[in-house]
Parts: sequence; structure tokens; C-alpha cells
Amino acid sequence: MIPNDLLYTSSHEWVRVTDQEALIGITDFAQCQLGDITFIELPSMGDTVVQGREMGSIESVKAASELNSPVSGTVVEVNAELDGAPEKINQDPYGAGWMIRVRLSEPPQGLLSPEEYKAIAECSDE
Amino acid sequence: MPYIPHTPDEQRRMLDVVGVADMDALFAEIPEALRPKSFDLPEGLGEHEVMRHLETLADKNNTRLVGFLGAGFYDHAIPAAVDFLTSRGEFATAYTPYQPEASQGSLQAIFEYQTAVCRLLDMEYANASVYDGGTALYEAMMMAVRHTKRRKIVVDECVNPIYRRMLDCYTSNLHLEMTVVAHREGGSNLKALSAAVDTDTAAVIVQNPNFFGVLEDFSGLFTHARSQGALNIISVYPLMQAVLKTPGAMGADIATAEGQSLGLPLSFGGPYLGMMACTKALIRQMPGRIVGRTTDSQGRTGYVLTLQAREQHIRRQKATSNICSNQALCALRAITYLCLMGPRGLANTATHCSELAHYAARRLLKLPGARLLSQRPFANEFALVLPKPVYHVIDRLTRRGFLPGFPLGRYYPGLENVLLIACTEKNTREDIGILKELLGGAL
Repeated sequence: MIPNDLLYTSSHEWVRVTDQEALIGITDFAQCQLGDITFIELPSMGDTVVQGREMGSIESVKAASELNSPVSGTVVEVNAELDGAPEKINQDPYGAGWMIRVRLSEPPQGLLSPEEYKAIAECSDE
Repeated sequence: MPYIPHTPDEQRRMLDVVGVADMDALFAEIPEALRPKSFDLPEGLGEHEVMRHLETLADKNNTRLVGFLGAGFYDHAIPAAVDFLTSRGEFATAYTPYQPEASQGSLQAIFEYQTAVCRLLDMEYANASVYDGGTALYEAMMMAVRHTKRRKIVVDECVNPIYRRMLDCYTSNLHLEMTVVAHREGGSNLKALSAAVDTDTAAVIVQNPNFFGVLEDFSGLFTHARSQGALNIISVYPLMQAVLKTPGAMGADIATAEGQSLGLPLSFGGPYLGMMACTKALIRQMPGRIVGRTTDSQGRTGYVLTLQAREQHIRRQKATSNICSNQALCALRAITYLCLMGPRGLANTATHCSELAHYAARRLLKLPGARLLSQRPFANEFALVLPKPVYHVIDRLTRRGFLPGFPLGRYYPGLENVLLIACTEKNTREDIGILKELLGGAL
């Protein structure tokens, strides 16, 4: 499940860019690989994130991974629902499982198209 | 575990399996310059010769001293049952209980230990222990740095100087800004500590009873630090927590302790037990292992290493600690001791040690020129100012079989005349009487 209206990173984050803002989460492939997600650590409102740099971490019953920011900018909203219910990421990675909203400081470079990401997700799946 | 040497034939077969010609080829990966030239080991000896040699070395230790040495490590009595129960082979050889299905006993013991630590320190969560009290304090400081994303640390000079040295040493390349607030006659300078804590401060680090034996209530300081967004870290003497105001009651975010006083022998400096406890809000920052209780698919109680995803074997490069030795055995000694003593036994011991120390202080203050460094309350340890430097006094009394205390000038320039004297339940009033006579003779 790779929506056509999003952009992606090779580290399995998705991003929906609209005007000056970006909504960020992790892909269905990523949540599936992680298994039951138990905890998520996200930046706070007002924090600066930098494209390609770590912005938080995600823990599942079998692994802990870093989350990398797909864009550069300032965090303007954090999905507070995830704090008490990280399983929303498993249930609805592209909807209720969104993570942060960022006001862009510069247009993101080098993100993957749905087709390009599809190749990676399938490749890693093997 | 038995000692199993390899015969040349066995080595040959192992090298064949790996596919290398000889031992040099096996270690070829390691640059020549980094390889030891020799191991400088003596020739082997027979069992009897080894025993005789070790006994000769051991006899050089003076093990029959009557001691009043404390300074963070205390010679408390250990019930025989602690040694008996914890020396069972299952406990001594167990490694990290990553497989809960094979480790329910070890896991339950650690869970009980964590529960006891939480109750003793009045905190919400405890881990399964780290190396020692100093390591615990360092880990607590790093929890605060990670949690607050700040780099300034305010440390009370009354915190054990060995621990402060460890903080300095571990953080020398981490670009943390350490502010040490000087003590005032053995007491914490609470006003100066409060003034030093601001909105850049990650943590304020204090100790109770402090290194001089003085009791403090840090509630006010902690309230102020919290208002600045800093975390409150306190190092305590766990046995005394049976009668003192707890870290939780003072508003501490992280409490640490050297657990040696809970059933571990002094053993010339270790192995000891680093106790750590924190509030629920900080549990994700807690290093080391944490055992949780759960129910299995059939509703039976089970114990597991919880929060495993962040543990060293999964997140190696991010791990905050890597405790490989069997610290769980030290924790087991502590929980065994605590169970045998019970809350009342622990409180009785703490009270007895404190009363003995107050008796000692009253007796020793009769020595000409002697006074207490601090007029503030103390428990089982106090700093006695003598009319002359204490080093030669210690030398002289040690030759008479009495270890009178710890020379504070060792860590605090200007306090060369001050002797830190601790009492435990192993001391008697008679010992104190002799100590007074010997001290009087040495002054």
C-alpha cells in the first residue's frame, strides 16, 4: 500500500507537502516490518528538524529505530494521540498514525516518488 | 565454570575449522603494534604452591582492625543467610535473563529487588541495577541531559568526591558545563545551589546524608529546580532511608544509591551495587535492564525484561549502558538482606547506628581542641575537627588495631585536621571508649 499522492524517503518515512507545510509519518511497509509499535518519541512544537537528520525514535516489540526527518523546517503540530496510542501507526499509518506537521524552511530535495519508493519497499521485503 | 585449557591438538583442530594456518594468522587482523609483546606471566605452579602464595599475600592485609571508616562504604553486619542463599550455583552463574522461559527465578528476584528499591526510596520505577553508586549517579546525570536537552549540571560539593570525580571523568569529552557549589562547613549551601540552577540547567545533583554525614532536606531546592525545568537527582545511603525523609518525599526525579550497605561485604572496593530509581515520566530514559510482571496467554503470572527494544542487544549503538557482569547477583544480595531485615529491622539498624555515632561524637568532643565541623543534624557519620592534621593520627592508631576514620583533607583542601567517623552496628560503646583514649594519646 503506497499512496500515489505522497513522497517518500529511503528510510521509510512518507511526507505530504502542501504549500509551505509538510505532514510526516512512516509507511505501511515500515509499520509492517516493525510489528506492534509500543512507543514513539517525537520532537516538540517549535523544534527545528533538518532533512535527513534524526527527529525521533520508534519502538516496537522487536526493534527500536530512528526516525529521520524528510524535510527541513519548524515543527508546528505534533500528533498527541500517539503518546497514549502508538498502535494507531500500525492501524492507519497514512491517516490517524501521522506524526508531525512541519513548516518548511526550504523545499525538500531528493524525495522519492511513489514508483521509486515501491522499488525500495519491495526490494527490502525480499 | 571449570577452567578448561586447550591442548595443542584442540587448538590445531579449531584453527583448521576456521581455516587459518596458525595462531599468528588468526590474530593477523590486529595490527602488529597493538599486539602484546608478551604477557609477562610467571611459570605455572602446583595447586598447593598457589594456595601458599595467595595465603602469604592475604596475610599482609590487616583484617582485624576495629574500623570507624565510612565515607560512602560501610561495614555493616551481614546475616549468614545472605551468603548461604545467594551462593547457590543457579544465581552465581546466571547471565542476563533474556530468555524469560528459562529465567523466571532470576527475573522474579530482580522484580522483587526493583519493588523493594521503589519502596525504600519512595520512587515509581527502579532498574535492575548498574555497577556502583558512582555509575548510577553518572547515568542519572545523562538521563537528565537527554531528557532536558540541556548541558549545564549543578553539583553540590557535599556529593561524594569519588562520584564527582567519576562525573568529571566520564563527561570530559561530552562538553557538559559542570558548576560545583562549595560546601559551607560540611553543609550544603542551599541558597547558592538554588541561585546556580536556571533555565539552562539539566540537573541539580545532591546527596543525603552528604559526604560529611550531614542530613539535609532538599525539598525547597527541588521545588525551585523544577520551576526552572531542571531535574532533581539525589544520591542516598539506602540503609538510612529506613528512617530518613525519602527522595520521593523531597520531590526527586531520580534517586541513586550505593547498595553496598544492604548485605554486600566491603571486599576491598567491590563488586558493589548501583541502585537507580526514577519517576514514571523518566522511565524511557532509564539505562540498563528493567524487569516487568505480566500474564501469559493462559493468565499465569510471568516476568520479563521489559522495554527490551532499547536494550543493548537490539540497539547496541544507542545503548546507554552495557552491564555485562552479574550485577543481578549483587541485587539479589540486597533483596535477600532487605527481606531478612524487614522494614522494622532496617529502621532499628539505622537508628542504632545513628545513636552510636551520636554517642561517639559526645565522647570524642571531650578531647581537648576537638569540635564538630558542622552543627547540623547527622545520622551515623560525622566530621570531627582535631587540633592537628589527622594523617599521622590515623597511622598511629592503625598500628594499634584501630582505624579511626577517613581523612577529609584527602579530598577537601583546608580540612586536613578533619576526621570523618562512621559507626555501624558492628561497633560497640567499648570500641568508642578505646578510640577516645587512643585519639587522646595521639593528639
